[in-house]
Amino acid sequence: MPHYVAFTYTEDLDWTAPEQADVMVEYDEFGKAAAAIIRGGAALYPTTTATTVRVQGGKGGDVLSTDGPYAETKEVLSGFYLLECTDLDHAIATAAELPAAWHGAVEVRPIITFPER
Amino acid sequence: MTRPPDPTRAALVRLVRDEGRRVLATLVRLTGDLQLAEDAVQDATVRALESWSSTGVPAEPRGWLTLTARRRAIDLIRREAVRTGKETAAMFLLDQDDPPETPQTLRDDQLRLMFVCCHPSLSLETQVAFALRTLCGLSTSEVGLALLVPETTIAKRLTRARQKIRMAAIPYRVPEDHELPDRLAGVAAVVYLLFNEGYSASAGDDPLRPALVVEATRLARLLSELMPGEPAALGLLALVLLQDSRRDTRHDQDRRPVLLADQDRGRWRRSLIEEGVILVGHALRRCPERPDPYVIQAAIAACHALAPTWEETDWDAVVSWYDVLLAVHDTPVVRLNRAVAVGELRGPAAGLTELDCIPGLADYPLWHAARAELLFRVHRAADARTAFVAALQLPQNSAQQAHLERRLATIPTC
Repeated sequence: MPHYVAFTYTEDLDWTAPEQADVMVEYDEFGKAAAAIIRGGAALYPTTTATTVRVQGGKGGDVLSTDGPYAETKEVLSGFYLLECTDLDHAIATAAELPAAWHGAVEVRPIITFPER
Repeated sequence: MTRPPDPTRAALVRLVRDEGRRVLATLVRLTGDLQLAEDAVQDATVRALESWSSTGVPAEPRGWLTLTARRRAIDLIRREAVRTGKETAAMFLLDQDDPPETPQTLRDDQLRLMFVCCHPSLSLETQVAFALRTLCGLSTSEVGLALLVPETTIAKRLTRARQKIRMAAIPYRVPEDHELPDRLAGVAAVVYLLFNEGYSASAGDDPLRPALVVEATRLARLLSELMPGEPAALGLLALVLLQDSRRDTRHDQDRRPVLLADQDRGRWRRSLIEEGVILVGHALRRCPERPDPYVIQAAIAACHALAPTWEETDWDAVVSWYDVLLAVHDTPVVRLNRAVAVGELRGPAAGLTELDCIPGLADYPLWHAARAELLFRVHRAADARTAFVAALQLPQNSAQQAHLERRLATIPTC
């Protein structure tokens, strides 16, 4: 069977905030209903935690990190990796190894780890 | 407990602030949580001010603050643990017996905090505000006043920075050797920006802008003490000291800027110049092959600081240093400054030729102003007027504008 990615586009909000509890219940319900076909997924922290990584001059060039999400419209979302890193420096260094960072940009966003319920 | 001879409130506040920021760096290490560390240290400093003003300053003020802040942090973690039902790793760290605090741990704690505040994944404006808050110990409202930004904006920036540090896991560590040049450049840029924020402000009544110079100098000194082997750290300190040596002569009694050429060199601060020049020497010996941009700028500042008069400046050396600077840091503004020096070394016509070759400065008032001065000296008064008028049409601070208007008024209409 083919695989698909479903990107969610919403307000730039903090899913861990108490006022999101109601909508999180609905996501939980979706999770249960679609459990048989969900292969993975994650909720992201707000874009204020994002870092955009570019490598100037292509492979091996200067790594340029900027605060905030990828905000231009020249390039489009073309793929993603799920990385387990020791910290943000590790994530930035890894992102800089991606060809996308040499020719475009890689947005690094931390994933929320929800407490066990 | 010993009562200090005259515990004035201001001295007490300064002591608590100075020790408080060192304690903050330690608490960040112990808890791994900046917000928690800030809250705990804030509480400890408030208690210190209350208690010390009546009982006197304890023999080990920093030890007192550290212990109080640790206890407060443990309280805060317990409260949070009750709410969320989980223990945290920080508890373990805080419950350990106090390891002896060596100069080495204190040094590393402060360095780590510097590198966190100036992490490249934070915006530059956030880094600056954050450095003032956590490294300099300014309150949020003081940071706002110093940077001419509303307090609410600063508070928002700081909150976001803390969130990002926590959520995105910005590490508390000193960068490894291979990362150091880049990361140190980032820290140095923040410190130098802070310095310039204070230094370029015209001498107003607002004491917080000059305070930025003091804080930036303190941070540059700290950086060079913490990393005495790094040319960039030495060069940065040398540069701010050499520039600051001219502090008393940069404005006249009416607070108008006085050009370097017209400053009363007898009132330059010799002690700062001597220290700066020695630092330039040390730094140059450490990077003979590819000098660091701060070291080169400090070397240029040293040429000016050592010249008995503007005319007797070693322009040959100044131009040579600008050539070196261009090799490592080629920007239109560096080219502009070099052209001005060429104008002194080889005459105004040569300087003009250089100036006219620099692209990208049509919107930069100082380029037009420099052209105007050189045009005037080659007796092209009408062209000089046009250039001054062009400079005046561009946005700039009022002191600079007033200076250009005075210069324009001295040029005869022909």
